[in-house]
Amino acid sequence: MINQLNDALGFHKEVLNLRQQRQQVLAGNIANADTPNFKARDFDFAGELSKAVKSGRPDHAGGHLATTSARHIAVAGSAHPSLHNLQYRIAAQPSMDGNTVEMETERVRFADNAVRHQASLTFLNGYIRSMKTAMQSE
Amino acid sequence: MSMFSILEISGSALAAQSQRMNVTASNLANAESVTSPGGGAYRAKQVIFENAAYSAQAVGGVKVSEVVEDSSPMRLEYRPEHPLANDEGYVEMPNVDPVGEMVNMISASRSYQANVEVMNTSKQLLMKTLTLGEGM
Repeated sequence: MINQLNDALGFHKEVLNLRQQRQQVLAGNIANADTPNFKARDFDFAGELSKAVKSGRPDHAGGHLATTSARHIAVAGSAHPSLHNLQYRIAAQPSMDGNTVEMETERVRFADNAVRHQASLTFLNGYIRSMKTAMQSE
Repeated sequence: MSMFSILEISGSALAAQSQRMNVTASNLANAESVTSPGGGAYRAKQVIFENAAYSAQAVGGVKVSEVVEDSSPMRLEYRPEHPLANDEGYVEMPNVDPVGEMVNMISASRSYQANVEVMNTSKQLLMKTLTLGEGM
């Protein structure tokens, strides 16, 4: 039963995780809109999602635990888990200082990502609600 | 990768942009300062932004790497009655470009607004995530 619940919620979990990471990448682009030589980046959401659902998250994505005693169990992973396959955006109008952030594009994508994130949360909330209803003894 | 690092990213941009605005304010305020602690007229300052990620592949905020002095030539004004005038009657005035500074200020304030918006949206989403499954 618990396993089924996990399977049912697992997809949305991956979606939320990826949405949040994408939000971070886009926030980084917007923050660096005036940084010389900064290249705007993004990742292929659909591709990364199907990869995450099919084969799980990469091993190093869990982060890293410091061991301060010989009896601690070491967990493999990097201290700075890398984000997904980040790709550079092709700018329609790159600026003279080598910066390829286009504020309009980034903000549109950020808003789009936020709405989809919200939608996922709503789906998940509805799902949890119906699960709770099903489990109630009346 | 912390859930709240997105707030850190936008926060770093707010700090950097407000420092840029401070420098602009200082430049405009000193547009007529003919003396300065370093001797000579005031020199315009400019901030240099730098990506604050720990590696080229990582995502990060922005920081001000340094504040440099504008190397453009000083403005010379012909005012023979001025106590600081040289032998030909010219006074060295600051090399502040008021129009450029105004443009800088508008750009900084727009970027600041964009980052505040990012922060607000992210905060809303985080709050919704934290209350997931509640209130039913």
